[in-house]
Amino acid sequence: MYVYADNAATTRTSETAINAMLPFFRETYGNASSLHTPGQRAMEALVAAREKVAAILNADPKEIYFTSGGSEADNQAIVSAARNGARRNKRHIISTAFEHHAVLHTLDKLKKEGYEIELLDVHENGVVTAEQVAAAIREDTALVTIMFANNEIGTLQPIAEIGAVCRERGVPFHCDAVQAVGHVPVDVKALNVDMLSLSAHKFHGPKGVGALYVRKGIPVVNIIEGGQQERGKRGGTENTPGIVGMAAAMEEAVGNLDKSIPYVTALRERLIEGLSQIPHSRLNGDRDRRVPGTVNFCFEGIEGESLLLLLDEKGVAASSGSACTSGSLDPSHVLLAIGLPHDVAHGSLRLSIDDENTPEEVEHILSVVPGIVEYLRDMSPIWDELQKGEKPYLL
Amino acid sequence: MALYSDKVMDHFRNPRNVGKMEDADGIGEVGNAKCGDIMRMYIKVEDDIITDVKFITFGCGSAIASSSMATEMIKGMPISEALELSNKAVTEALDGLPAHKLHCSVLAEEAVRAAVKDYYDKNGIAYDPALFADCDCAHEHDHESED
Repeated sequence: MYVYADNAATTRTSETAINAMLPFFRETYGNASSLHTPGQRAMEALVAAREKVAAILNADPKEIYFTSGGSEADNQAIVSAARNGARRNKRHIISTAFEHHAVLHTLDKLKKEGYEIELLDVHENGVVTAEQVAAAIREDTALVTIMFANNEIGTLQPIAEIGAVCRERGVPFHCDAVQAVGHVPVDVKALNVDMLSLSAHKFHGPKGVGALYVRKGIPVVNIIEGGQQERGKRGGTENTPGIVGMAAAMEEAVGNLDKSIPYVTALRERLIEGLSQIPHSRLNGDRDRRVPGTVNFCFEGIEGESLLLLLDEKGVAASSGSACTSGSLDPSHVLLAIGLPHDVAHGSLRLSIDDENTPEEVEHILSVVPGIVEYLRDMSPIWDELQKGEKPYLL
Repeated sequence: MALYSDKVMDHFRNPRNVGKMEDADGIGEVGNAKCGDIMRMYIKVEDDIITDVKFITFGCGSAIASSSMATEMIKGMPISEALELSNKAVTEALDGLPAHKLHCSVLAEEAVRAAVKDYYDKNGIAYDPALFADCDCAHEHDHESED
């Protein structure tokens, strides 16, 4: 058995999405900007996809911009709000310490341009509060940008409350909802968001396509200059198959939420219960305020990359926030942001399941993880010191 | 292309000489938990020959594979030769390591030297301190931008 438990990284493209896309490769392959019939058919498909995406989010089709994915949407939202703010001398941006790098690195870039970036603490439970946001907002705040669900630990942020605070204080609010759309209900009006990013491949759509919602009246700045596509706000021939596939996948995933949320939540609870049996381990992030499918654990005394390699051998695809898997030498900024010491953060494991996983697969995961943890601990000098009492256990 | 060579994966999956040694003549530990890898190497010495060697390692796949390979290389070697084991030799024996994992082979080289130094110290064997000048055994290894 090989269990794919890395759905927060990407998902398997659904048959619904593929079937929706196929006609747009060899039949309706025209450029949506062309006047001829094949082009106009493509344009109609884009219009329909935009209407579908907008309806699901409770937005107007004119408020939807198709992008190459979540990262581009995040970049465009943040840069747009920053430029809008600068015109009124507002250069203060509020975010959190554990955002996705698409947000954090865009903020770094703005910081070098003279913007003041304030990253709010996300506490040990991985949740920021609306009160923190309210306290941080200033006269010169140009933007609040906070993610809906954290990609590594899965914690959900109180987006509607934060949105209400921002709306009341007149500050634009962007939400990176890449890990939320298709997994929990997302209604832009109920959430009081002004901008929202999403990515198709996180809900069984194709890779390389996403969308940005921008509330009417908020000026959008181009990241990609070019033709008049996306009402002049995003140059480049539209990815018709991808956009159509995204809309189909989104419709299916969101339409299935009533069933998938309780189903995936139950699988996740079993995973948490099973992994908690491993001594000197801990669940990262709030116990209950989390997306249905994401579980992140730390196991003291071992390192995440070795754990992943051995899990792969035993038929489990997972991920880790260890330095060795990040390509840098520091463990994940998310795990450090929730206060984990470096040595513990190196031993993290993220399992992200969804509605394609089965209870049998969860049992398979639980049957292999404890043995691998024990094996790695047996060859770990840190574990040796802990066992001998030379160092106190941190977990 | 896979991240690791078949050799690395072989030594990671089936590490040679893994374990602790109760009656070691020398023990060396290098690395630190903050950076995510620690190696501890045990050696047994008879007539200046490393007759047995064991290791335990906390770290990624390449750290475990580098330790394993280093132990295999120095087993049966005269100490003087083991001290010349370079990280480059370990890397080559593993058919290469990704650039950002090269420090794992450096750790393996340093673990061997740390174990030998411990053996010398424990047995009152005189040595030229310059021999271990570049081996600060409680070191922060060559990571840039540590916070």
